[in-house]
Amino acid sequence: MFGKGSREEGWGIQVSHVDRKFGKRLVLQDIDFEVKPAEIFGLLGPSGSGKTTLVKLMAGIDRPTSGTVVVGGVQMPRLDMLGKIGYMAQSDALYAELTAKENLDFFASLFGLRGRGRRRRIEEVMELVHLTDSMKKRVSTYSGGMKRRLSLAIAMLHRPRILILDEPTVGIDPALRVSIWNELRDMSQSGTTILVTTHVMDEAEKCHRLGMLRDGRLIAVGTPGELKASTNVTTIEEAFLAFGGVRG
Amino acid sequence: MRVCALVVRIWRQFLHDKRTLMLMLVAPILILTLVSLVFNGNTYKPKIGTVDVPAMVTQRLAQEDVSLVSYSSTNSALEALKTQTIDAYISWQDGRPAVVLEGSDPSKNKAILLDLQQMAEASSPGPTGIQPKITYLYGSAKMSSFDNFGPVLIGFFAFFFVFLVAGISFLKERTTGTLQRLVATPIRRWEIVAGYVAGFGLFTTIQAILIAWFCVDILGMMMNGRLINLLLITLLLSITALTLGTFLSSFANSEFQMMQFIPLVIVPQVFFSGLFNIDTMAVWLRWLSKIMPLYYGADAMRNVMIRGKGFTDIVMDLAVLLAFSLVFMVLNVLTLRKYRHV
Ligand SMILES: Nc1ncnc2c1ncn2[C@@H]1O[C@H](COP(=O)(O)OP(=O)(O)OP(=O)(O)O)[C@@H](O)[C@H]1O
Ligand SMILES: [Mg+2]
Repeated sequence: MFGKGSREEGWGIQVSHVDRKFGKRLVLQDIDFEVKPAEIFGLLGPSGSGKTTLVKLMAGIDRPTSGTVVVGGVQMPRLDMLGKIGYMAQSDALYAELTAKENLDFFASLFGLRGRGRRRRIEEVMELVHLTDSMKKRVSTYSGGMKRRLSLAIAMLHRPRILILDEPTVGIDPALRVSIWNELRDMSQSGTTILVTTHVMDEAEKCHRLGMLRDGRLIAVGTPGELKASTNVTTIEEAFLAFGGVRG
Repeated sequence: MRVCALVVRIWRQFLHDKRTLMLMLVAPILILTLVSLVFNGNTYKPKIGTVDVPAMVTQRLAQEDVSLVSYSSTNSALEALKTQTIDAYISWQDGRPAVVLEGSDPSKNKAILLDLQQMAEASSPGPTGIQPKITYLYGSAKMSSFDNFGPVLIGFFAFFFVFLVAGISFLKERTTGTLQRLVATPIRRWEIVAGYVAGFGLFTTIQAILIAWFCVDILGMMMNGRLINLLLITLLLSITALTLGTFLSSFANSEFQMMQFIPLVIVPQVFFSGLFNIDTMAVWLRWLSKIMPLYYGADAMRNVMIRGKGFTDIVMDLAVLLAFSLVFMVLNVLTLRKYRHV
């Protein structure tokens, strides 16, 4: 589906010494890490730790107070990069009075997809999230999980080189979650760089590497195995608590 | 093209939202019909009581457009006046008429006094009986007040409904997070504004055609100019309303707060749009009208519909409306910076 090898080199993301203040409040503090090309990077952290804030900087819709975010070698935010990035926001941003198809049509044409290719691509992504049968339904009649899946479909619509997903699997049942993760792995194998935020620990295990965020600081980065080994625990959950404790 | 994508989307939203569609198309027609019924009625026929008035005078009076009731005494006439069964009564004292008016409605007072004056002139054909020959430069003797302020109302509806509907739909785009989502796509800020203007502009053109057709052909409103000029004015007026509405919507956090702009932005414009005579206002107040888009729209509307003027005569008004729109568009593009810096 994603034409293996058709991509040259994948794109990475470099976040260097990023602070983000809202008013006087420092929400992100000296964040510094790298997402390597074609890997699945997971951002883990409790509610309010700054995951969404960080992800928006990478998606190019916000700018850091200090520090830099570089995506595919280009410093963000940059308008011409937005077409290469797929972003799924934490809250579903869909036009409720339109049908799913009309929502997809709209975003597809914003990304410059047209004609037969567009129709095929819309069918592909809707199949991926198991929504083909509900294509002509209005989004206002969708359940929470269905809206989530439609948002995911829209984020993947234009075959972005970088996919940024803010809690993509909330409200999605286990079976579908597995198939979505399989798809994400396929995409990463064919060169797409993927960044997900999550609360779900077993999802964290599926990421190539993880970043642990707490109170706006990055407390640990590494593969799930490394993180567990360095704290001498058997689960990511325990590892997270151990790092949090160490922070003191 | 991304602007087209936005236009298509706005149209689809309209088509799905039948109620708003009806509001924009049917509500103006309904209100205009009501207004025409109210103001196209015949001129008021005063009811005048008479007490001991000589027969010759009564005959004269009867020739005016009044209905006469005769009373036996001033007391009974006064009673009738108090219960408002009559608007005035005439009694005869020392060979001269004495008139008592109910007096609470200036327009009735004026009508009665005019009738009496005409009667007096007609009954004393002295050497001053110069009958002026009256011709109308614009309008005609048959012109009703509906003809006079109908054009203003057309402009008002174009402005009001677009202001509200565009403002609220842009607000919803912000509050439901779709604006945030939109700026994560490669659409440019000006393209968002242009898409809104084109989408709503196309729609309001249809609205304007419908309203104009209804007013002229069904309600018989006076129309001496060209339809195309009228549509041009409506279009520019609604683009001004649209850009102002979307701009102001960024200062509102809910639909209700958007409604709060109506008394602030819409109502004052009504007062200065020519429904009331601006020339009698204080000078500083008159200046205020110069910053109100509806003032220019209404002026151009009247020039076209009543005075039958052409494009060259309304071009100044149109230019001002265009300038308003451009300023608001730029402000819109600038406020979108809040959502994306590039
Ligand atoms: N626009 C804003 N203005 C002010 N404060 C903000 C803004 N956006 C986020 N914050 C604050 O930044 C902090 C981090 O918020 P953020 O949404 O990034 O958390 P999160 O990790 O995504 O949480 P969750 O898991 O609940 O989604 C919060 O305390 C929040 O109050
Ligand atoms: Mg979040």
